[in-house]
Amino acid sequence: MYNLIGAGLVVIGAGIGLGQIGGKAMEGIARQPEATGKIQVAMIIIAALLEGLAFGALILGKG
Amino acid sequence: MKIAQKTIKFLTIAMVAFFTATTFASGTDKKHDDQNDGGRVNTKEEVEAYILHHIKDSHDFSLFSYTGDNGERHHFGFPLPIILWTSEGLVTFMSSEFHHNDDGHVIVEKKGLKFAKVHSKIYELDESASSISFDETHHPTNAHKVLDFSITKSVVGILFIGLLLLFWFSRLAKQYKTKKVPTGFARVLEPLVIYVRDEIAKPNIGEKHYRRFTGYLLTVFFFIWVLNLLGLTPFGFNVTGQLAVTACLAIFTLVIYTVSGTKGYWMHMIWMPGVPVLIRPVLAIIELAGAFLIKPFSLLIRLYANITAGHIVVMSLIAIMFTLKSSLGVAGATGLSVVLSFLIILIEVLVAFLQAYIFTLLSALFIGMAVEDHAEHH
Repeated sequence: MYNLIGAGLVVIGAGIGLGQIGGKAMEGIARQPEATGKIQVAMIIIAALLEGLAFGALILGKG
Repeated sequence: MKIAQKTIKFLTIAMVAFFTATTFASGTDKKHDDQNDGGRVNTKEEVEAYILHHIKDSHDFSLFSYTGDNGERHHFGFPLPIILWTSEGLVTFMSSEFHHNDDGHVIVEKKGLKFAKVHSKIYELDESASSISFDETHHPTNAHKVLDFSITKSVVGILFIGLLLLFWFSRLAKQYKTKKVPTGFARVLEPLVIYVRDEIAKPNIGEKHYRRFTGYLLTVFFFIWVLNLLGLTPFGFNVTGQLAVTACLAIFTLVIYTVSGTKGYWMHMIWMPGVPVLIRPVLAIIELAGAFLIKPFSLLIRLYANITAGHIVVMSLIAIMFTLKSSLGVAGATGLSVVLSFLIILIEVLVAFLQAYIFTLLSALFIGMAVEDHAEHH
């Protein structure tokens, strides 16, 4: 039961983080469309790092 | 025109193959349901057990199984060799000798040793024991584990994809000897190779050193991508969703960036220049933990969790067919399940590429951190 609540909290946190990353990247692209490629790569790297953290927490919570 | 004809032919074959596989699957599952209607098996529990079984590696390659009218269990698939290193040395036999038993009831005797398979792990029984017994925590009391080098389903997948990649890329490489532009399937591979080299290796490792590591990055990229796609076929492979496989790939990256680290990289890790002396040991601990634990762990957990989660979602959506049958009717539940799982499979095709890309990108990034030339001013 508690690990389910924990999993929910992890997903909420990861969702807020991904929303921030995606939103800011969109803003950046809108301001400077010629930098789209660079912004996208940086966005994917940060999103991947966040995702790794979130999945780590989920797997630790499951065990 | 010729290409169009070829494409149509390929699509027809693919469709026929896909629908045959689906018919097999539904035929099987119908039998399961009959069994359930008899009140012997709980559908929810069975679905859960089936998904967990699929996620794990297995010692035999089973395509499907069903219970016949006479209550007999039929299995379709083929056995794989089991290779064990035991107290008596090397022992090999085929997995069919376990008769698809996975709870330790079937004992196989080889070289005077007795073996039992429990939850996909093979145990060697002690000399006096004739059947396996467990304590409260489900650990066997009269048996011990053996070193298992078996050709399991995942190993079959890895070998198959390895040979396939060898075939594809040796053909691509050979074509450059005679012509400038490759023909046939190699034309599909060439832009991907250039993409990995120019978009992943070059910007992240740097003009000076990228050539040394492009081979590894290409191998890892195509290995993960094609295995991810293989996991989406109805054969039930889940290779990149095995912790052992992703851990091995992460260790390769770890070894490469540890071995090729420059003096500047190690200096920045162990004795960071330009910060107060008292802070340096603290930073060293953080940097060492980052390089040897957090980086490889984030690589291996991300790939494993993404692929495993994808497989669980797809299989749960397929299971809607059975769990919602009573409330939506057979046609409604099947339709809902087909539509949802089709959409998720489309997303999974994207995820298969994205995860291969991210693994390669982060590997390139870590290698780039290790080999970059640190400026001496701080």
